[in-house]
Amino acid sequence: MAEEKNFPQEIICVACPKGCRLDVLRENGELLVNNAGCKRGKEYAFAETTDPRRMVASTVRVENAPHPLVPVYTAEPFPKGRIQDLLEELREVNLEAPVKLGQVVLADALGTGINVVASRDI
Amino acid sequence: MNQYDIIIIGGGVVGCMAARYLSRYQLKILLIEKQEDIGSATSAANTALIHPGYDPVVGSLKAKLNVAAVPLWPQLAQELEFPYEQIGDYVVAVGAEELPKLESLMQRGIANGVTGMHLLTGDEMRRREPLINPLVSGALFAETGAMVDPFAATIAAAENAVMNGVTILRETEFEDFIMEKGRIIGVRTNHGDFGCRWVVNAAGLYSDVVMHKAGVRPEFKITPRKGEYLILDRAEFQLKSVYFPVPSEVTKGILATATVHGNTVLGPTAVDQEDKNDKTNTPEGLAEVLAGGKKLVPAVDLRHVIAIFAGLRAAGNAPCEEPGVNCEYDFIVEKSKNIEGFINLGGIESPGLSSSPAIALRVIELLKDAGENLKEKANWNPLRPARPCFRHMSHAERQKVIERDERYGRIVCRCETVTEGEIIAEIHSPVPALSYDAIKRRTWLGTGRCQGGFDMPRVTQILARELGISELEVSKKGKDSEFLTRHTKDVEHD
Amino acid sequence: MTKNEYDVVVVGSGPGGLASAIEAKKNGTEDVLIIERDTELGGILLQCIHNGFGVELFKEDLPGPSYAQRFIQEALDLKVDTLLDSMVLEATPDRRLFVTSRKGGIQEIQAKALIFAMGCRERTRAQIRLPGTRPAGVYTAGTAQRWVNVEGFMPGKRFVILGSGDIGMIMARRLTFEGAKVERVLEIMPFLSGLMRNYVQCLQDFDIPLQLQHTVKRIIGDRRVEAVETVAVDERFQPIDGTEEIIPCDTLLLSVGLIPENELSRQAGITLDPLTSGPIVDSRFQTSVPGIFSAGNVVHVYDLVDWVTQAGFEAGRGAALYAQGKLPVSTSTIQTAGGDNVRYVVPQRIDLEALAQSGIPLQMRARLPIEEPAWVEAVTNGQQITRRALPYARPGEMVTLNLRPDHADDLRGADTITLNIMKR
Repeated sequence: MAEEKNFPQEIICVACPKGCRLDVLRENGELLVNNAGCKRGKEYAFAETTDPRRMVASTVRVENAPHPLVPVYTAEPFPKGRIQDLLEELREVNLEAPVKLGQVVLADALGTGINVVASRDI
Repeated sequence: MNQYDIIIIGGGVVGCMAARYLSRYQLKILLIEKQEDIGSATSAANTALIHPGYDPVVGSLKAKLNVAAVPLWPQLAQELEFPYEQIGDYVVAVGAEELPKLESLMQRGIANGVTGMHLLTGDEMRRREPLINPLVSGALFAETGAMVDPFAATIAAAENAVMNGVTILRETEFEDFIMEKGRIIGVRTNHGDFGCRWVVNAAGLYSDVVMHKAGVRPEFKITPRKGEYLILDRAEFQLKSVYFPVPSEVTKGILATATVHGNTVLGPTAVDQEDKNDKTNTPEGLAEVLAGGKKLVPAVDLRHVIAIFAGLRAAGNAPCEEPGVNCEYDFIVEKSKNIEGFINLGGIESPGLSSSPAIALRVIELLKDAGENLKEKANWNPLRPARPCFRHMSHAERQKVIERDERYGRIVCRCETVTEGEIIAEIHSPVPALSYDAIKRRTWLGTGRCQGGFDMPRVTQILARELGISELEVSKKGKDSEFLTRHTKDVEHD
Repeated sequence: MTKNEYDVVVVGSGPGGLASAIEAKKNGTEDVLIIERDTELGGILLQCIHNGFGVELFKEDLPGPSYAQRFIQEALDLKVDTLLDSMVLEATPDRRLFVTSRKGGIQEIQAKALIFAMGCRERTRAQIRLPGTRPAGVYTAGTAQRWVNVEGFMPGKRFVILGSGDIGMIMARRLTFEGAKVERVLEIMPFLSGLMRNYVQCLQDFDIPLQLQHTVKRIIGDRRVEAVETVAVDERFQPIDGTEEIIPCDTLLLSVGLIPENELSRQAGITLDPLTSGPIVDSRFQTSVPGIFSAGNVVHVYDLVDWVTQAGFEAGRGAALYAQGKLPVSTSTIQTAGGDNVRYVVPQRIDLEALAQSGIPLQMRARLPIEEPAWVEAVTNGQQITRRALPYARPGEMVTLNLRPDHADDLRGADTITLNIMKR
């Protein structure tokens, strides 16, 4: 995926709240990061340009509960490019109360090996 | 088609007062209102005061009806149970050059038959209201001035009318008259035709449109006059009374006034416009309101503002018909001579609210003069009990209400202390509240510091449940103003 | 069955309230009650379904409801009493509460110590005096959040968001996730109001444009929002003629600030700080009324919930001591004050005996951003007491400077500690 993108890229690092603006260049087939404030920044930049991931939080429908939705989240950061597909999958999920915090509501989502779990009891 | 004796066009305070007073007689009465709720135009957005009557030109109809109405209000407030407080009002002169105007206002008041007026020194004014501009040079105090909740008065009158047999149809818009041989025999609306012997034109901003359909007074024109207002947080700011500036030729000016709900209100401006629907607030208007407020009470500040709104007055252009009275813009309260069956009310701007009960009684006189043999109903009930209003009740009174109906135990609007029980009661009242704004006008919910931020989702839920509709159908102010567009998970696929 | 008297009563069951109730229980007070207006515990966290909670305290990146549930469970395990679906109508200076609920009617509850944890409300359209029409479709971001995440409804299809506060940015992402279109985010200041992380993950990720130094000039639409007219502003926030743009939309979300909800504090006679809109508190979060404590966003607006929890722990300990008659009375108090580039400081009062026992974190917010290395320093009588190096300073992120117990000696005899933030 990173191969399709154009370099140089400027990205804002969110490894810590500072938000350094990093320049990511491609030189001799290798990725270089300029003005990284720290090591974590370099790591973040690499990850963000080769395999960007995000924690995803949303809701799914639930029956027989005080509210019609229960909040859920990905147990690990999820591939950014597949988030829309994940959300579509989640829209099809219908749970039934009771639901427990940590309960898996979508196992191995989209074959990534990442579970989507419930954020609370309901 | 359905046949009535009288059809009243317009459900503002004038129309509803007319309906209420007319309901005393053995008449079949219909009131039609084009909006989704009665009292939602001018009657809901004004300065909420009963004027003593020193302001209108001597001899004008405005003066006569204003002064005639003043003594009717205390009894009306008791019978219909709406918030009303006769605390008097002040016209405040700032600087010595404004003092002569007070004297002339007082003379005008005396000529109009106003009682209980006193001229005060600047010192006395400062003593009575510590927040008043220290440069005050004097004031005119009029004992008979009062504060009122104008919407509550309107809805109370409407409910009392309904209790006494009047039919109120909302979302019913007048389109044309049905005439026969120079006489009105019916009214055409967007929901069909209705027959009648009399029509009362109480259409406010649209009274010119209505009377022109009957060929009456083609030269009469309503010019909407916009007034913008600021409402201040009652926790930050409290005024003791009602303070007017020295008036201009056209307008009473920008007031700083207490209200029956304990807030302070600044306003209104007075800007003429063509659009009968434009009630937008403008940066210039709000700046003018603040400046006018500061002239009277220098301590007012933008930090204290919790709400802004604007209202339109129905300013007419009909001169007073009394010879020798130089009033360019007077009320029209007449039985039309050109056409039979038409009681025409027009140009009811300030003091319209104040005069409304007297206008209603005048309508009855006009009908009698025209030969109507009005027989009183044996069982007319002038009393309309108000429903419990939690925030005005003591803890002990509240406890009693909750024991009767536990839904009064749940607060929905935190800032104004409005309970679920009250909301439900308004949804099932004689002129039911069917939208968020309708509930807001009736209960005062959502008018406080958070402006509905907390209560909106809860009120939406309650309305849906009580009306048996989906939450997606719950609206702010009727059709096409629904709050919600779909369920979270029902995404459209392109 | 709720009693009439409690050792400690907590108003509000968000993170501040839960933490203080738990800590009060653990510090020797048996009868602890939480009063909550909603039908379940958790407060605002229940609608904050996004991650970002617990990173500091638990080293985990949790969604709001999960973070809340840990504390809810602990409170229930400790047998904290709860009164749900109940609103405190009145609070008196002698810690008497009048509470209304459907089940119990009006109840009077006497507390030996009281903790106010009512959180915040959102700044409204009227408070920013936004001109134009008053149609359906103008909501604060938090109200929209409640609808989308809890009630299950979308409040619109095409959104413009005024304010780059965290709630607005979070909602921009949330709405996009649920199939809506967010056209623009506008911010009147020349800098971001919330966290940079949210800018990246909520706006940049979705190509939602952010316009700094812009605002909404007026709202258009009679029954429902049809468009907003936006405009650029100068350094004095005055609109720049000719920069107007009409953006068609059906919803305007406002994310223009949080205001601590201190209605009850006022009733109880508590002195409020006009700079925070919250109570003036000491390092135990005791207010100006003895026995009444205050924790969380009701004191000042925090940036991370983890610090709210810590504040709650502190308040809970203080309240427990007070209820048992063991809270030491302050004899030497110093004020804190915001100096250079510091908008406010909490706590506003420091007790030197308390400082000598354990350190006190001073929490503050910068007025204007410094996007380069900075200092935060504490100065009294012209002498610098302590300072800390900061990589930068932003209004959207709380700054903390810790006073250590050994500083107590340096502060004896002083009456004010001034906090400054400046470039290095």
